[in-house]
Amino acid sequence: MELLLYKLSLFLILLATGGFIVYLIKQEKRVYKWSYRILLASFICHTIYFCHQYYTLGTAPVITLKSALSFFSWTIIGAYLIFHLKFRLMVLGSFITPLAAFLMIISSTIPGIDITVKPIFRSLWLTVHVGTIFTGNGIFAVTFISAIMYLIQERQIKKKRLGSFYSRLPSLETLDSINHYSLMYGFPFLTIGMISGSIYAQYALGSYWRWDPKEVWSLITWLFYAALLHERVAVGWRGKRAAVMSIIAFLILIFTFIGASLWLSDYHSFSSLEGRTGL
Amino acid sequence: MIRIVNIGMNHETAPVELRECLAKEPENTSLALASMRELPSIKEGMFLSTCNRVEALYTTENPNDARQSIVALMSRIGDISEHDFSSNLYTFEDMEAVKHIFRVASSLDSMAVGEPQILGQIKDAYFQATREKTSGVILNRLMHRAFHVAKRVRTETGISDAAISISYAAVELAKKIFHNLGGKRVLSIGAGEMAELAATHLMNNGVESITVANRTFDRAVQIAESFRGNPVSFEEIGSQLFEVDIVITSTASPGYVIKYDQVKGSLRKRRNRPLFFIDIAVPRDVEPRVNDLGNIYLYDIDDLKGVIEVNIAHRQQEAIKAERIVQEEVIKFERWLKTLEVVPTIISLKEKAEAIRQTELKRSLGSVNQLTPSQLEMIETLTRSITEKIINDPILVLKRKADRPSKDSYLDITRKLFDLDKDNS
Repeated sequence: MELLLYKLSLFLILLATGGFIVYLIKQEKRVYKWSYRILLASFICHTIYFCHQYYTLGTAPVITLKSALSFFSWTIIGAYLIFHLKFRLMVLGSFITPLAAFLMIISSTIPGIDITVKPIFRSLWLTVHVGTIFTGNGIFAVTFISAIMYLIQERQIKKKRLGSFYSRLPSLETLDSINHYSLMYGFPFLTIGMISGSIYAQYALGSYWRWDPKEVWSLITWLFYAALLHERVAVGWRGKRAAVMSIIAFLILIFTFIGASLWLSDYHSFSSLEGRTGL
Repeated sequence: MIRIVNIGMNHETAPVELRECLAKEPENTSLALASMRELPSIKEGMFLSTCNRVEALYTTENPNDARQSIVALMSRIGDISEHDFSSNLYTFEDMEAVKHIFRVASSLDSMAVGEPQILGQIKDAYFQATREKTSGVILNRLMHRAFHVAKRVRTETGISDAAISISYAAVELAKKIFHNLGGKRVLSIGAGEMAELAATHLMNNGVESITVANRTFDRAVQIAESFRGNPVSFEEIGSQLFEVDIVITSTASPGYVIKYDQVKGSLRKRRNRPLFFIDIAVPRDVEPRVNDLGNIYLYDIDDLKGVIEVNIAHRQQEAIKAERIVQEEVIKFERWLKTLEVVPTIISLKEKAEAIRQTELKRSLGSVNQLTPSQLEMIETLTRSITEKIINDPILVLKRKADRPSKDSYLDITRKLFDLDKDNS
C-alpha cells in the first residue's frame, strides 16, 4: 500500500512534468490544465503517503535520505501550488516540476531500508523542526526557480535577442516579485526550523548548539538568506543581483541538506539517523 | 445554379487615390447596399469599404449581368469611369471567393498581415448588410464562418502575437519589463512623430503620467498639452531620472543627451527600480553603455527594428499555418453549400407527402363521423408518423450524397420516383 502510493506519486509527477514541458513548448492551455490536474493528483497521493508514514513511524518521515528527498520534492510542489494561487503563472510549473521530479527520481533510485525508529525521534519538537525547515526549503526552491527564470528573461532583453523564451516567460517585474515574496515567506520558516531544532537538541542531546558541521552550514545558509532579505528590503536590491544571490543561497542550502548530511555531519547524518551508527 | 462572387480592389491592386474615391463617403456602403437590393441579378450582397480595400460580395444566378451591374455601381459611387478602374479589380468566384473572404477576415490579405482591425470592419459591413436586409441564407452562413475562421486563426496561430511597428514593439518590451504599465511614469525628451506615437501607445496601456522635456520650453508645453502631461525644462531631466520608469528620447541633438554617469548616479536614489530607455533618435540620445547597468534597459531604433524583423518573420511563418486553417474551412463550407442544393428536393418531397396525407385524411374523415377529439388526434399522429417514416430514408440518402458527384443522378431519380416535377410542369 505504501509502496504503491509512493510509486503512483512518482509516476504522476513524471507525467505532470512531461506535460508541463510539452506546455512550455507547445503553449497549449489544454495541456497545461491536464498537467496541473495530474500534478495535483500526485501531490494528494504523496500527502497520503506521508500521513501514513507519519502514523506508522510515529515521527516525521525524513529519517532516510530516500524519504527526505521525496519529502523535499513534496514541499516544493506544495509551495508551487500555494504560489500558483497568488500569481496564476502557468509557466512557473514548467520550471518547478522538473526540479521536484528530479528529486523524486533520485529518491526512487535509493534502495529502501527497514529502519528502527529510535524513541528519541518520537518527539513533537522533531516534527516541528523538520516540518518548518522543509517548508522553508520548498519555498526557497520557488525563489531559486524564479531567479533562474529571471536571469533567462533578463538576458534575452539585455542582449536584445528575443528568442522563444521571451514570449513564454512573464515580465521581469513578475518574476522579481515572486522571488521577493518567496524569500520573504520562506525565511521565517527557516528561522523557526532552526530555533525549534536547537530546542529539540537541548531536550534530546542536552545542549542547544554542538558545532556539528550541519549546524554550522545551516547557520551559514541562514545568514546568507538573512543578508539577501535585508538587502532586498532595506537597501532595495532587486533584479539580476538579487536573482544571482538567491541562486547561490539555494546551492548552499542544497549542500547543507545533502552534502553536510552525507559526508560531514555527525548526528545529523542519515547513517546515524537510520540507526546504523552513532548515538 | 447559385454563384458566390467577390469583386473588389485592395492595397495591392489599386493605388490609394483610387481607393479613396470609392471609400471617401461613409454613406457609400448603405448607398451600394440599397442599389444591390434593387438589382435583379443580385440575390444577396454586402459591401466592404475600408482604407485598404473596397469589395462587393454577392450571390447570383447570372454572373455576367451581376458583374456588369456591380462595376457600374462602383463607377457611380466613386464618380469615376469604368475604364479607369476596371484593370484594378479582382474577381473571385465560388470557392475562390469563399477563400478570399476567409483570408480577408483573418487578416491574411491585409497590408500588415495579422493586424486586428479588419475583423471589426468586416463585421460592421456584414451587420450593415443584415440591417439593410441584403444578406440571406448563404451570406449569413458565409460571414459567420468567416468570423469563426478569423477566431481560429487568432487563437491557433501566432499571427497577431508580436508587434510589427516600432512604437508597438516598444510598448511590448515595456510590458515584458514592468508587467503592468499602470502607475508607471514616462518622460519624453524631444519632439518626434514616432516618439509621440510611442507615448500615445503607452498612454493607451495605462501609464500614469507623461512628462515632456524639450530644448525649447514652448514646444514642451505644446506637446505636453496633447497628452495632458507636464512640461519640464531640459535642465530638469537629471532629477526626472529619479522618478520615471520609461524614457523616450527623440531629440535632434548631435551628442548624447543622457550619459552613463548620470544614469549610474541615479540608481541608488531610484532604489534600483527598473528604467527603460527607448531611444528613437538618430544620432542616438542615450549613451549605449547605459544598457550595461543593472536594471536599466536601453533599446535604440536599430534594436527595435531588429525586434520587428524577427516578429515579421514569425508572422510569415504563422501565416502558413493560417492558410491551412482557411483551406480546411473552405472545404467545410463547400460541403455545406452542396447540401443546400439537395434542400429544394427534400422540401418538395416533404410537401408532396404532406399533401397526400391531407387529401387522404380529408377523404376518410368525411365518411367516418362521431370521432372523439382524442381519436382524431390519434389518427393525426398516426398518419403523420407513417408519412414521415416513409420519406425519412430517401431524405437521409439525399443528404449523404449532397457532396458526392453522384448527387445529380440521385436528385433526378428522386424527383422521378416521387413525381415531384409534375406540379411545376
